[in-house]
Amino acid sequence: MSQVRRIINTSFESLLPIVGVVFALIIGAFMLLALGANPITAYAALIEGAFGSQYSFMQTLVKATPLLLVGLGVCIAFRGGIINIGGEGQIIVGGLASTALALAMPSLPGILLLPMALAAGMLAGAIWGGVPGVLKAKLGVNEILTTIMMNAIAMQLSNFLLRGPMIDPKEVAAKTYLPQSAPVPEQAWLLRLLPPTLLHLGTILAVVLAVLVFIFLWRTTIGYRIRAVGLNPSAAKYAGINVPTYQALALILGGAFAGLAGAVEVLGVSHRMLEGVSGGYGFSGIVAALFGKLHPLGSIPASVLFGSLLVGADKMQRAVQVPASLIEVILGLVVIFVVSSELWARRQASKRKTS
Amino acid sequence: MLSEFFSLTVLTGIAYSGIRLATPYLFAALGEMFAQRSGVVNLGVEGIMLVGAFTGFAVATWTSNLWLALFCAAVVGIIMGLAMSYISVNMQAEQGISGIGMHLFGLGLSSLLFKKWLGSTKAITGFQPIKIPILGDIPIIGEIFFNHNILVYIAFLLVPIAAWVLNKTTFGLKIRAVGVKPEAADSLGVSVARIRYSCVTFGGMMAGIAGAALPLALINLFQENMTSGIGFIAVALVYFGGWSPTGVMLGALLFSLVNALQLWIQVLDKDKVIPSDFALMLPYIMTIAVLAFGKRTNQPAALTKPFERGSH
Repeated sequence: MSQVRRIINTSFESLLPIVGVVFALIIGAFMLLALGANPITAYAALIEGAFGSQYSFMQTLVKATPLLLVGLGVCIAFRGGIINIGGEGQIIVGGLASTALALAMPSLPGILLLPMALAAGMLAGAIWGGVPGVLKAKLGVNEILTTIMMNAIAMQLSNFLLRGPMIDPKEVAAKTYLPQSAPVPEQAWLLRLLPPTLLHLGTILAVVLAVLVFIFLWRTTIGYRIRAVGLNPSAAKYAGINVPTYQALALILGGAFAGLAGAVEVLGVSHRMLEGVSGGYGFSGIVAALFGKLHPLGSIPASVLFGSLLVGADKMQRAVQVPASLIEVILGLVVIFVVSSELWARRQASKRKTS
Repeated sequence: MLSEFFSLTVLTGIAYSGIRLATPYLFAALGEMFAQRSGVVNLGVEGIMLVGAFTGFAVATWTSNLWLALFCAAVVGIIMGLAMSYISVNMQAEQGISGIGMHLFGLGLSSLLFKKWLGSTKAITGFQPIKIPILGDIPIIGEIFFNHNILVYIAFLLVPIAAWVLNKTTFGLKIRAVGVKPEAADSLGVSVARIRYSCVTFGGMMAGIAGAALPLALINLFQENMTSGIGFIAVALVYFGGWSPTGVMLGALLFSLVNALQLWIQVLDKDKVIPSDFALMLPYIMTIAVLAFGKRTNQPAALTKPFERGSH
């Protein structure tokens, strides 16, 4: 009997994130009711908007791509015990750096320019994560606060560059002054896989990277050490692991993935640096990673799920006249439910140990 | 251009706006200071501020009663603060992450209700400046300090009050004890949960008021995501100010003065000689520097650590 209960309990624990999403959607349904909309019509429209046609499903995958990339960075950082809130800023500098590089070398062939632009985005993100990472490692500075500050600095940097040195000369000539860069050279674009849909090579890249991050975290010594530091820093230290170094590394890698997300958004979707390139992915990527239980492979379906919410929200908005911001409310509730349910899981685990 | 910039009128103007703009930072950061002193980092301040800003603006639009608007924003802040207390104290959730959840929730809810119920609306009439008799007539000083609206005065008056509560009252002593050594406080009969609930809920109320101060006392409008990071900065200001009300106030003034300076540069520097975006980066960079090199003598030892009886 207790055996059965144990199995039920453990499988229920692995379902906790899904329970969290269901609860969040139920609360969302009540909010829809309160706003005078039929929740069934609304959610049906949401699902149709996200999966109803080939175009909409591909759009879901396009939205899922930056979520997955940011989520992979979050997986590495959180597994190393580091809370990286700096996704937004890392995406912005990643987008800026890849755009700047691609615009600076328009004559290079795509085979060189594209990887270099992607690498530039990763490097910029790594630096943006590296500053808080090194400060944490060397001086014990709280990384939550420094990553938030780095977000604000990245935003100002982008404001400056997109209104000054990097602004599209056409915007200046036309006196419209839209804060956006010139389009990047065509050979640097990520291949569109299924035109006319926006699905691009970046999606496949992200899935491949998810597998690589899984291998990295669970099959390599460095990955093992990052996880050991995250699980129990004092035990890791006792085992001879240089804890600060691996904490910094976790944040640098986390930043690199978010920076790559920015580069992929530029080279795959917008083909130029725009002001809103981060689009909240820095935060929603955290939701995706948490929902995937901080597992790189779990982050894949999680990103598709939250990508579908973001895409379907527009259709829902048109169907029941409830603003798409409802999705952010639901994302927030998912985070709160998932982190709150961890206590329940811990209690269950300690009960099993003692019984 | 530079001579124009250093004129007395401009400098007075910058100081005046700097003090005015410090209001939301002060409300939010003083509330957050109590939460952190009791051992809880509430990273959801930004989300609570947004809902407070919307509530304040909406109630003011519908009733034109500014005090009712402020009261409603405070109530909404209390409710969200209670939720945050439950999440941090009862559910012992990781505070860095649950705060992000609260942020997303507040960001979504405020834009959702704004778009659904108000859409684009006219500006409201906010709190008007009150000139303090006699003091307000002093040249320059009077202009800078004694001709503000009521919320600005309240925000600055709260600084000494907060210091008094924290350092001179039994309640303040309990807060500090719970933040430093909850087990010890608990063994002396202080309810850790009750103290943390009060502090986080108070912080929520202050965040709601801080948010409402934007439409009611500063901008007279609501925009989606209008706090644009003030709530997050408020959390950092508490660290920046070394967990003391005076320190928090100095930090708030640093941010608001740089903001005021930047606004004036935009007005005066028509040829865009000075890259004012760099000026806006300065307070963030300084905050990082203070976080890195400042003393952390006052940091509550149990900050972010949930308390469970018998687990120590």
